[in-house]
Amino acid sequence: MASRGIVVDGLTKRFGSVTAVDDLGFEVAAGRVTGFLGPNGSGKTTTLRMLLGLVEPTAGTATFDGTRYVDLPRPAQHVGSALEASSFHPGRTGLGHLRTLAPQVGVDDARCHEVLELVGLSEAAGRRVLGYSMGMRQRLGLATALLGDPDVIVLDEPANGLDPQGIVWLRALLRGFAERGRTVLVSSHVLAEVQSTVDDVVIIAGGRLVHASSLAGLEDLAERLVVVRSPTPERVEAEAARHGWSVSTDGASTLVRGATGPQVGSALFSAGVELHQLTDRSVELEEVFLRLTSPEPAPGQGAAMGEVA
Amino acid sequence: MGPALSAEVRKLFSTRMWWIIALVMVAYLAFIALVLAASLAFATTSEGPRGAPLVPGGSGAAATVYSLTNPIGYVFPLLMGSMLFTAEFRHKTITGSLLVEPRRSVLLGAKLVAGLVLGLVYGVLAVATVVLAAAPVLGIWGDGAYLTSSQTLSVLGWTVVVFAAWSAIGVAFGGFVTNQVAAIVVIVGFTQFVEPIARAVGSLVDSLAPVAQFLPGAAADAVLGTSALTSFAGGSGADLLPRWGGLLVLLAYVAVFAALARWVTLRRDVA
Repeated sequence: MASRGIVVDGLTKRFGSVTAVDDLGFEVAAGRVTGFLGPNGSGKTTTLRMLLGLVEPTAGTATFDGTRYVDLPRPAQHVGSALEASSFHPGRTGLGHLRTLAPQVGVDDARCHEVLELVGLSEAAGRRVLGYSMGMRQRLGLATALLGDPDVIVLDEPANGLDPQGIVWLRALLRGFAERGRTVLVSSHVLAEVQSTVDDVVIIAGGRLVHASSLAGLEDLAERLVVVRSPTPERVEAEAARHGWSVSTDGASTLVRGATGPQVGSALFSAGVELHQLTDRSVELEEVFLRLTSPEPAPGQGAAMGEVA
Repeated sequence: MGPALSAEVRKLFSTRMWWIIALVMVAYLAFIALVLAASLAFATTSEGPRGAPLVPGGSGAAATVYSLTNPIGYVFPLLMGSMLFTAEFRHKTITGSLLVEPRRSVLLGAKLVAGLVLGLVYGVLAVATVVLAAAPVLGIWGDGAYLTSSQTLSVLGWTVVVFAAWSAIGVAFGGFVTNQVAAIVVIVGFTQFVEPIARAVGSLVDSLAPVAQFLPGAAADAVLGTSALTSFAGGSGADLLPRWGGLLVLLAYVAVFAALARWVTLRRDVA
């Protein structure tokens, strides 16, 4: 399947004096799931709306394989998207909602039933959206995005309101798309929600890009810390020094920085050091994410915030 | 345009609103038509002080009742037409609509055509309602139902056309004023309050009469060629434009609001 990547270049949006998105540039590769992350109000939704031609950028471009969304013929057959779980007419049935879009997507009623089946809403197809739970609305949004069997899928906060089983199901679905060579872009304000789904991350804060890499690249930013208890702490320190890991002590335990639990355990085992406890306390990715996206310190607070950053 | 129109027709008929408003329209028109037909039927036997009829009789009475659809009924296609747009903004389905069709002129065009379809449906319903409610009364107690007279057939036929125009005006207006509450307030306020007063003033003050002709309700009466309002205000339709003029004025309202919708409201970001 010929799939298209997404290229965002110099994208900027100003609302009066407020700059919501500021010279944003990143690429989304085909065949991978990319997480588009940032705290609430960081400009994620505005970026996605510019990507999809709903909001006119002040400057810059966002293209799918070189073509702007608004210039794609029958765009829903190339790019499927779901932006808000609330954008349904409450008085329309789930099937009715899909049928209002089907003519322009270019699909028939059979396909509407097919995507409802795919997202597990077949039973609720004839019920009005008014009675749908948040999770069901998310599924209907996903069905809408999939209606045209697109190569590119753009979802805004798709895990919101899904129960844990729903999140696992969504993860498998998105992984499946990526494995078949499609491009998947998923936004979220919670890294943990998409951590086990995404291959790449694009992180923005205050409308600017703060980080873009593979998930492994983000993990490299996490501080590694292993807590070791041993009757012979001096031997732990010696082994750590030999491997070039820094050590400190909190009295009862030795803290080893710069290595993973398996690395420390393996080293101490080969050295024959007796261990009573070994705990991997690597800083969570979520903390890295928080650190990256926390507001920049104001000039006067530089000293207080400096240590954290 | 074909798929866009098909989508708009599906949007229109996939919620309950269209038949709820149709039901209210039918009930309201039936009631007023019955009351007016009865009062005209029983009033024709009495005469004014100088022997001249105070109220229309004969085929005039029939035409007056049958043209009720316009002053009484037109608010319904206007309201429903406006909801083709305002409902999309209220429920944020405009996002999904523009995702499947980013060309906003196509969206507007499809809604205007869907509005015409809606107006034709409402027009046929309205005509059927006034005929079924009024004709038996006029036929049995009045001067006759005049169902086959050319004046009656003309009023009934043009009513359907006028309803289509009202609905299209509603669509274009809703595209301009996308806030549903604001659109309803303006439409109800204008049709039930502003325009009747403006037309009454126009019929009393000669210098204002040419201006009042161009009000949408007056233009619609011009298309029908008779008016429930003017038959009682002592007029004979002399204050109205010719039929083609009325049609042009209605189309001008559609064009002006559609242009405002396209170049003011639909140019904005959809957030």
